[in-house]
Amino acid sequence: MQAFEYASPRSLQEAIRLLPAQWGPTDVLAGGTDLVSAMKDGISTPQRLVNIKQIAELHRMTFSPRAGLHIGATVTLRELLDDGAVQQHYPGLIQAAEAARSEQLLNMGTVGGELLQRPRCWYYRNGYGLLALRDGKSLVPEGENQYHAILGNAGPAYFVSPSFLAPILIALGATVQLHGPRGARSLPVQKLFVTPTRVGQREHDLAPNEILTEIRVPYRPGVRTAVYEIREKEALDWPLAMAAVALRQEGGVLRDPRVVLGQVAPVPWPSPEAERTLTGKKPSEDLADAAGRAAVAQATPLSKNGYKVQLARIAVKRAILSAVQQGG
Amino acid sequence: MASCKYDWPAAGQRDAIGKSTDRIDGPAKVSGRAKYTYDINRPGMLFGKMLTCPHAHAKIKSIDVSPALKHPGVKAALVIQDVGSEIQWAGDEIAAVAAVDEATAEDAVRLIRVEYDVLPHLVREENLSKDGDRAKPAGEQKVGDPDKAFADPEAVISEGFYGIPVITHCCLETHGNVVEWRGADSILTHSSTQNVSGIPSQLGAALRAKKINVQDSNIETICQYIGGGFGSKFSIDRWGVVAAELSKQAGGKPVKLMLDRDEDLEVAGARPSYFGHVKVAASKDGTLTAWSSETWGTGGPGPSGVPPVPYILTNIPNIYKKHTSVSTNIGPARAWRAPNHPQACLMTLAALDDLAAKLAMDAMEFLQKNIHLAPSYLVNTYQQELSKAAELSEWSKYWHPRGDKTPGHLKRGLGVSLHTWGGRGHAGSCNVIVRPDGSVTVQSGTQDLGTGTRTVIAVVAASTFGLPVDAIQVEIGDSRYPFDGASGGSTTVGAASAWTRRGSVDALNELFAAVAPSLGVQANQLEARDGRIQVQGNPSKSLSWKDACAKLGAKTIHTVGKNPGPCNLGSVGVGGVQVADVTVDTETGKVKINRLVAVQDCGLIIDKLTAESQVYGGLIMGVCYSLFEEKVMDQTIGRMLNANMEFYKLAGIGDIGGELIVHMMTGPGYDERGVIGLGEPPVISPGAAISNAVANAIGVRVSQLPLTPRRVLAALAKGGIA
Repeated sequence: MQAFEYASPRSLQEAIRLLPAQWGPTDVLAGGTDLVSAMKDGISTPQRLVNIKQIAELHRMTFSPRAGLHIGATVTLRELLDDGAVQQHYPGLIQAAEAARSEQLLNMGTVGGELLQRPRCWYYRNGYGLLALRDGKSLVPEGENQYHAILGNAGPAYFVSPSFLAPILIALGATVQLHGPRGARSLPVQKLFVTPTRVGQREHDLAPNEILTEIRVPYRPGVRTAVYEIREKEALDWPLAMAAVALRQEGGVLRDPRVVLGQVAPVPWPSPEAERTLTGKKPSEDLADAAGRAAVAQATPLSKNGYKVQLARIAVKRAILSAVQQGG
Repeated sequence: MASCKYDWPAAGQRDAIGKSTDRIDGPAKVSGRAKYTYDINRPGMLFGKMLTCPHAHAKIKSIDVSPALKHPGVKAALVIQDVGSEIQWAGDEIAAVAAVDEATAEDAVRLIRVEYDVLPHLVREENLSKDGDRAKPAGEQKVGDPDKAFADPEAVISEGFYGIPVITHCCLETHGNVVEWRGADSILTHSSTQNVSGIPSQLGAALRAKKINVQDSNIETICQYIGGGFGSKFSIDRWGVVAAELSKQAGGKPVKLMLDRDEDLEVAGARPSYFGHVKVAASKDGTLTAWSSETWGTGGPGPSGVPPVPYILTNIPNIYKKHTSVSTNIGPARAWRAPNHPQACLMTLAALDDLAAKLAMDAMEFLQKNIHLAPSYLVNTYQQELSKAAELSEWSKYWHPRGDKTPGHLKRGLGVSLHTWGGRGHAGSCNVIVRPDGSVTVQSGTQDLGTGTRTVIAVVAASTFGLPVDAIQVEIGDSRYPFDGASGGSTTVGAASAWTRRGSVDALNELFAAVAPSLGVQANQLEARDGRIQVQGNPSKSLSWKDACAKLGAKTIHTVGKNPGPCNLGSVGVGGVQVADVTVDTETGKVKINRLVAVQDCGLIIDKLTAESQVYGGLIMGVCYSLFEEKVMDQTIGRMLNANMEFYKLAGIGDIGGELIVHMMTGPGYDERGVIGLGEPPVISPGAAISNAVANAIGVRVSQLPLTPRRVLAALAKGGIA
């Protein structure tokens, strides 16, 4: 790990002033569960770390039926899981956070950091950059792409978005607050994620001198949610496919279904095709199956990840069935 | 039966031997007082780091370590492989530095300048047709007339492809040492090693070859605790020699050079792969008649090892086999727990299971029917173990013909496998010391890999002296103690139990001689029981252990116990049978372990608890390589992609699934064989047993381990649930 300067400001304004306008020399430190590993591996080589855990306003969590759930960026996954209002009103969020599995990650990892963690692509983690380039050519299509994207993978990006929380947050219509030198802006969670198309571009719509401060999740009584994910290991591991579902039942049919896949594309992947399949229909196993098929109809698997198409299909199907059965 | 003076006591007189004794170093380990090499921090210690080669195959054109040497805080730097050296794998060591702290050492390593001529590499060998001249014949053998046997129109023939990739050792404590010079001609090493007594001569020879003069007898190696070896830690390794050289250059200061996790996974241990096409034949009644296999594998740049197939059923009358060794640039192979056996076991037992399915025979019956083809000394053991495994796994209740026909996507299946291993005690020795104050110490330059060696020594000495286990002081893990062999091949328990027994019996006889006059009897009329030295058959004439030892006056008893030695205290050759019970989700391809049953013999058991723990450990390691482990190499870049604990996947508690059921075969027929090692056997069968259970569940063979969703779904896409 390269030596670095460490700043631990108490206010958001102070923190933003410590961030330069370009990526590289400075990184924001929250839980550090991803960043510190990346620094040890030489993937991130900041000259300065700005710790935001001392900024009190980033560590608040509030709930009201009118405003919904506001989660400060440095609220830990453990704090999210232990919160009574989250447990009562957002069971899908609980399911998604539990997917982290590791107590250490739950205790140290923050909600903001979970959304902004970098991809796990093993070419990226071995120093070939986000686009896994060697001599200008991506290593992924002819390489070990068993864990790579099956959707949105026309290139040059083939990694999968690693966030467990993003799919369910998108399904729930959540937004994020970002603060920079010119003030605050709000984005739907979906818009936080972008597929890079050139070297140097990041996978988040976040300026180097912006800080993600809060996640706002609307309160939607009567909406049922579920998250289903499939992984090789039950212990700490990255899902091979994940699906988050939010829907209502009205007069025996499904209304406003939201279906968002995770771990299958460079961004969390909403499926309007699956949503259309469900809308206005009576829930059944066949319907869930059809929605699963619709969700992966456009999949373009690589040489070694065809199996993920099936897994994504099953994750969607099972998430829908679970949401329908579970209530909430 | 003539008795021999060191013989193990008869059943009923064995005290702690064969009972469950908590490991005596358990409290030190769970409280953190146990210090592993990684924990050793010596005064004035420097940190060593190595520059490694980024290319899988290259020649060094130029190298310059001087910028590193000039870096502030750097105390030593050296070239490990000089200009002209041909590098055969990525991660191989090129140069090293020692600096005042780890960060400075890392910074300095980055300043070293190396130029390479990059050469062509091969890092993936599973497709033999693409391996070109890297593939070299490694043995061909014919027994009987296999062509004729396969041509028999009555023969039922099964053909299949099976494979098991290269996996790594992934010791939780990485390899490495802390090395320091004590004056100009003496060295102390703290080493993470399976070979405490062997390290000094290895290091001495390596240094003398570099014109650094040091006598082996002036090198001391200490390893009190080790975080896993599994066969990968017998050698001082190049990085150990480098640490000694760096220390010398830095005026003798201790140099700590432990591999990083990625280095450890890339270079410090790999188990050879094994792929092959197998054809087997049986007569219609299920009697095996012929075996034919064409197999290949890689062990890195060197030979691959030749797994012994057909495994166990070696007396199949007609055999043809041919093996090809593929030289690759993946890092060198090292012995991995039961070298060659897990591979041979999968290749054989999976092929036989497929044949049994083709014969529409119960897999357990098929093995019983053909077990006479095993080496004769094991036939009886296997018959008993197969029956026991069938009983414990409720085989007759849960086994079904291939393909679970119950509705739904969850399919359950059972699979069976069997294995063997040698396990005779190695050559070694100990001191047994009985002092006038009654204290007893056993010393040996052996090591406890976490297998329970310390506890075994204490149990044997305590049982011989009639003392409680905690009365025995065990001092091991230092090369200044009497020589003992390396802990590999399940040889330690056989050795340690035997040399402790011999040394303790001799010491006890000396004590009897000292005590006899005061009890008014001959020494040979005395016995040691329940903390007393007493006249045989007359416990009223006795002395407490402490009072008896006081009769030694100023004399301390000091005996040397050796192995091998008089009387048969151990033997060789064990058998084991395992059954896996799994559920497969046919929609996701995910395999869940419901139960694993292990039935194992190992002769006379010294500590039942640590013996069972060995089997549990073997099963867990077996689940890891059956479901998750693979050294993933990228052919373009020539490097390992998953050299971390995130994508080099090992099972967690939740992945072990349901129950692990362990049954040790003991009592008449087993105990009288004496002590036999147990480290390797239980890790051999899980791959085949789990693979067979999956085939039984889903009706199709998943040809390669690990049984990931990707492979299971690919197999199901070709057929299944017959």
